[in-house]
Amino acid sequence: MNDKNLVLNIENLVVHYETEYGTVKAVNGIDLKLEKKRSIGLVGETGAGKTTTALAILRLIPDPPGVIKSGLIMLDGESILKKNTKELEEIRGKDVSMIFQDPMTALNPVFTVGEQIAESILLHEDVSKSEANERAKEMLELAGIPGHRANDYPHQFSGGMKQRVVIAIALACHTKLLIADEPTTALDVTIQAQVLELMNNLKEKYQTSLLMITHDLGIVAEICDEVAVMYAGRIVEKGTLTDVFNKTKHPYTEGLFNSLPNINDRKAKLKPIPGLMPDPTNLPIGCSFSTRCTYATDICREKKPNPRWINDTHMVECFAYDDPAFHIMRREK
Amino acid sequence: MAENLVEVKNLKKCFNTSRGILHAVDGVSFNIEEGQTLGIVGESGCGKSTTGRAILRLIEPTSGEVYFKGRDVIKYNELELRKARKEMQIIFQDPFSSLDPRKTVSQIISEPIKIHNLIPNNKDRESRVLELMKTVGLADRLFNTYPHELDGGRRQRIGIARALSVNPKFIVCDEPVSALDVSIQAQILNLLKELQEKLNLTYMFITHDLSVVNHFSDHIAVMYLGKLVEKAPAEELFAHPMHPYTQALLSAIPVPDLGERKKRIILKGEVISPIDMPEECRFAKRCLYTCNTCTDHIPELREVTPNHFVACEFPLGVK
Repeated sequence: MNDKNLVLNIENLVVHYETEYGTVKAVNGIDLKLEKKRSIGLVGETGAGKTTTALAILRLIPDPPGVIKSGLIMLDGESILKKNTKELEEIRGKDVSMIFQDPMTALNPVFTVGEQIAESILLHEDVSKSEANERAKEMLELAGIPGHRANDYPHQFSGGMKQRVVIAIALACHTKLLIADEPTTALDVTIQAQVLELMNNLKEKYQTSLLMITHDLGIVAEICDEVAVMYAGRIVEKGTLTDVFNKTKHPYTEGLFNSLPNINDRKAKLKPIPGLMPDPTNLPIGCSFSTRCTYATDICREKKPNPRWINDTHMVECFAYDDPAFHIMRREK
Repeated sequence: MAENLVEVKNLKKCFNTSRGILHAVDGVSFNIEEGQTLGIVGESGCGKSTTGRAILRLIEPTSGEVYFKGRDVIKYNELELRKARKEMQIIFQDPFSSLDPRKTVSQIISEPIKIHNLIPNNKDRESRVLELMKTVGLADRLFNTYPHELDGGRRQRIGIARALSVNPKFIVCDEPVSALDVSIQAQILNLLKELQEKLNLTYMFITHDLSVVNHFSDHIAVMYLGKLVEKAPAEELFAHPMHPYTQALLSAIPVPDLGERKKRIILKGEVISPIDMPEECRFAKRCLYTCNTCTDHIPELREVTPNHFVACEFPLGVK
């Protein structure tokens, strides 16, 4: 892979929250690369470290208690971790922007939505106020909201409309990388379908790269090119959609798929993953998933597995593949 | 065919608001056979939770009849209602706010037993609580812990044990898994299913998640703005959705399978306000097939093919 073509390159990122009660090991050495115009889905359950990873890219980790212990985050060839506050302000919203899960709290209730979109444009581009307002209206219309509603306040919009406004703000400056943190979790399915379609269209139009954080594998299948599965602060499996969906390798990914009710076969029995995610202040010595894994052996409990590349794009962290004959059991369709 | 355990007839619940009358549930009728599961699906604000609560009279319905084992629950006085609640229980969506933070696990689970005075003896009650904890998969050592010490999945198990403590026949499950991660969600769904088989429970399963409801229900009813728009056996509903809303809803589910990227139906606009609604099909404004007939009156729920009910003048796929 050509490094020049990378919009995002994370290497060995470690983020801890140092609290009174112990160190929460939220992100424990992850590597993630994203090429221009591509989109990657970061999948995992609550507490897997997805949002912490996203916040680290924007340097928005609350400090204290959060500390970026080590690692490298390159955004379009420049190291984010070396930037000072002023430089970061220029990058946020211009080169990289983020859509948060809850559109209700992401908007400022005392400014009109037009002002909030224009604010981002005024901050990053050399334009007059009236030009910025015009652009704000255009962005609103692109997001599927009539331009005259630019003078309305957030409470006058429904949840789906608010999320459209948030998307308009995020894309107002033609950002290179868009990070979307569960952007449709708070929305109903029919509205979710609308918002996903909008994101897809705008992403194409502005040639933005997308880091999509979600717990929903269905959404990943819908709009991502690649997928990375996180568990207890590690990326345990990543690859193209075909790699991960059709040639699943990691037992945790397998467990996720087997836990989902199959819409086409209502009689299929759910096979949940036994047990719970380990406490991030007290992770197992070996593989973090070993406590729940049905294939775990002694080595899994003693040592951390290293990344193993199945092909150029498909990576899995699992000892079981030391045995060439090993394969997991996806539920039969 | 088993007998109907629950029969709901023309149930209505209106709320008076400063802007007018809000029709949360607007004339809903359905039956649930003993030992079966009726799934109620719909988006936020369609009245599915209100329906569930009105059936148990946790909120008083404005009008309508709810027959439980042939007797109208709505006519019960307070004493009779309390007795009836022994047989009708509910599991709530949010395992964080539905448990008293100042009570221990054992106190929470034993409270309904005490209220109904089922087991007066302390020792016996304690062993009953332990038995219930075992049934739902909670370890004995959690007997004296408080809810805040436990994760969402375990808390939801407490909610289930509490509902089971009085040996109910009928349980309203109000989005019992939507606050949980997928791997935990599957654990709870399997548990609810096992319990149903073991104890011959009847469920009303309220959810917005169509893949969950398909997996779980025998019959499915789709709600839109306080009305039932379609009702059919689960397989039939998924194979032949007849209401344009059901069809759009089914097509909007993201499927974690690369093989079948089907064409999505993207609905225009959003749900209209449930306050002072016009006398027309409630879905008319978003429907792809609206015509004059649709804005003329509110369509009635009618049986189009055997056991398949739909409230649309022009059901899809029917000549």
